[in-house]
Amino acid sequence: MAIVKFTLNHQPVTVQSDLNRRLLDVIRNDFNLKGLKEGCGEGECGACAVLINHEIVNSCLFVLANVEGKEVITIEEFAKTKRFTVIKEAFAKMGAVQCGFCTPGMVIATESLLHKNPHPTEMEIKVALSGNLCRCTGYNMIVEAIQEAAKAGEGLW
Amino acid sequence: MQKDISISVNKIDNYEKISGCAKYVNDVQIEGALYAKTFRSPIISGEIVSITVPKLPDGYFAVDYRDVPGKNGVKIIKDDMPIFAEKILRYFGEPILLIVGPQKSVVQSLINKIILETKLIEPIYDESNIAINYHYEKGNPQNAFSSANRIFEYTYQTGYQEQAYIEPQGMIGYSEGDKITLIGSIQCPYYVKNAVLLALGCSSEQVRIIQPAVGGAFGGKEEFPSLMGCQLAVAINKIHKPIRLIYEREEDIEVTTKRHPAIIRMKAAVDSDNSLVAISSDIRLDGGAYLGLSNVVLSRAMIATTGAYTIPNVDCSGIVYLTNTVPNGAFRGFGAPQIFYAVEMFLNHIAKDLGIDPLDFKMKHLAKQGDLTSTSGTFRDPILMNDLIKRALEISDYRRKSQKYKLENQLRGMGISLFFHGCGFTGSGEATIIKAQVKLHKDEQDNVDILIAAVDMGQGVRTTMSKIVAHTLGIPMDKVRFPYPDTDFVPDSGPTVASRTTMIVGGLVAKAAQKMHDRWQNGVADTVIEQYVQPDYIVWDEATFHGDAYPAYSWGVNIVDVSVDKVTNQVTLEEAWSVYDLGKAIDDLVIKGQAEGGITQGFAYGYLENMEVKNGKVRQKNMTDYIIPTALDTTKITTELIDNPHAGGPYGAKGAGELTLIGGAPAVAMAIENAIFRRVHNIPVTPESIMELIEYGNR
Repeated sequence: MAIVKFTLNHQPVTVQSDLNRRLLDVIRNDFNLKGLKEGCGEGECGACAVLINHEIVNSCLFVLANVEGKEVITIEEFAKTKRFTVIKEAFAKMGAVQCGFCTPGMVIATESLLHKNPHPTEMEIKVALSGNLCRCTGYNMIVEAIQEAAKAGEGLW
Repeated sequence: MQKDISISVNKIDNYEKISGCAKYVNDVQIEGALYAKTFRSPIISGEIVSITVPKLPDGYFAVDYRDVPGKNGVKIIKDDMPIFAEKILRYFGEPILLIVGPQKSVVQSLINKIILETKLIEPIYDESNIAINYHYEKGNPQNAFSSANRIFEYTYQTGYQEQAYIEPQGMIGYSEGDKITLIGSIQCPYYVKNAVLLALGCSSEQVRIIQPAVGGAFGGKEEFPSLMGCQLAVAINKIHKPIRLIYEREEDIEVTTKRHPAIIRMKAAVDSDNSLVAISSDIRLDGGAYLGLSNVVLSRAMIATTGAYTIPNVDCSGIVYLTNTVPNGAFRGFGAPQIFYAVEMFLNHIAKDLGIDPLDFKMKHLAKQGDLTSTSGTFRDPILMNDLIKRALEISDYRRKSQKYKLENQLRGMGISLFFHGCGFTGSGEATIIKAQVKLHKDEQDNVDILIAAVDMGQGVRTTMSKIVAHTLGIPMDKVRFPYPDTDFVPDSGPTVASRTTMIVGGLVAKAAQKMHDRWQNGVADTVIEQYVQPDYIVWDEATFHGDAYPAYSWGVNIVDVSVDKVTNQVTLEEAWSVYDLGKAIDDLVIKGQAEGGITQGFAYGYLENMEVKNGKVRQKNMTDYIIPTALDTTKITTELIDNPHAGGPYGAKGAGELTLIGGAPAVAMAIENAIFRRVHNIPVTPESIMELIEYGNR
């Protein structure tokens, strides 16, 4: 047991727990934020993605110890932003959502990409999504949604 | 004038899913829920001699077959699979008991301490244990073969495929008095309910099944959740506490059902004008350890044995053999992907042997309206395959590119597949087994609830059904509600399978909405129940495979352009084109999603997804080993539809969900064959097999 302090969705938090616990479990169980999902538990599918200091991270591979002093944003907090609204509308418009299990992770991946590169090429989008698995859509409609978000959200990133 | 129904709307669950608010089974919070984990067979085939469970701390329980109050068999078709193994262990990972308790880590350590003594039995992997043996004929195949000008015979093999829904299997449940409620990631609420009723031997009002958001299924959550539901219900019945049974990915890949590997031998009689006069096929499916749905998968494959073509004489045999391997089961396409792969390759190979153009050869034999089907039923609706093909050739520039790649000889190739999918249950299943019922309820505020058991697992059924109702009633979408199915409130509209939901259930929903419309009174509550009635022209004899196997068929053409890397033999999809006749789209964007997602799975089945079972164990353990397509594996896909409304479907709609997967594998395998100038017989066509083909394969 140890004490870890970090910022979760802009709130300073303290967790007293086993340092080896997965950030995924800490966020889902201790803070009851269920927007991130466990799809594979080994960093392949990206359904558990969160932003840590604005970088996309698979929370299933991230142990609690490593989050000390960092800033974590989950889909719940990101969903309050203007950029989310743009992404949401683009995903809806382009049909990027089917079962929805990968979608919060895809949204986090989109934010992470557009934050670094507001005008990505199609190939840059595909590379950015390559750590997020989707079994329903075949990806093109997600790629199109990100292109649409980049266009509609011009100036936001 | 109302808008065309196909024009897309914002899907009703878009916001909850994009924002992460949608509740999947593992997001459901139940105070004090215990954690359950399955202790599984560590051997492939044998007998249990003794089980020693360590002393359980307070609050921890072991649940096994002795706790099953009803039948220790999962109701699927023959109830042959036990809920918990009693004595015989038939596959690696077969469930023996559950350990249940408050702490996951303690449960896991208790599982690790269980001592199982077994006596090994020699495992069976070959065809010696035949469980199902079907045969049917059309015309007089014996005569046709004996008088044939030429006879061709080839064998095709297909591999396993894992559904790989991103949300693993899971269920959570609780009891109130003598009533048990299960919330699960499932396709078929009433399949689970009926299975639990048999397991508990209780009455219908004592079991309630609720479906939350489902994170993908693809057939993988058709019959498998009945097993988990029975186990969980038995545990809750014993412990009387809420319990959570959620699989982790490795467990899910190791023990859940997969697409049946198949060996398909095809033989054809061709007469002097290069016409196919007879086809004889022998389809052999590895069912795994228990029968499950395998006989129905086999019959769907057998019925499609002539592909999209009319062949006057047919002799078709099929078997399901059981082996000491993980049970195989439902997967989008349900036997059709295997047989269409074989038929498409076979006709391609016959044409090459005859020295004629494969596409011309296929088009010469295309089924037409009024023709007899393989089972001597009738294709009653217009068949627009010529239009579909014409359009697909135009948008892909297929002929020119095929010729160009052939001359260039640069490991680039085009492939094309022609296929159909029978919509709904095979034969009289809808009338004799399913007997679907739907219900619409209007309250005094004129809000209309759709009460059906159809599950939205991503295919958009909550949106399309709502659209059908809103459109028929002429009311806004926001006056229509589609609550998640709950067997306490919705009638049994049947399972969410077999490309039946839009056509059959949606058809009933449209009928009910029309009735409600015709007697609509503002501010007055109303309930309409509609029951499925089979069209009287459908006559099917299950014993002889004779008659109309399906009320309607959806049709498709897939074309793909691939390149093969000279050094690594990696296949790259360069571009793909599809044209479908699925009657009428209820929502264009939903159909685009089905088309792109389906073909992506179909292509991957043909060249990318490789699962092997060696010595009774699945070798691919997780998503790192079992490769499904990533964003980088996809290509530009153009999809077009040609409307061909079917009178039995709502607004003319037929099935769409499975159709879009079926043509992918034959198209991509043929494209690879054309790129490397070697005959392809087996899928997946992996880089290793391409290397072997280039070295040793036949031209």
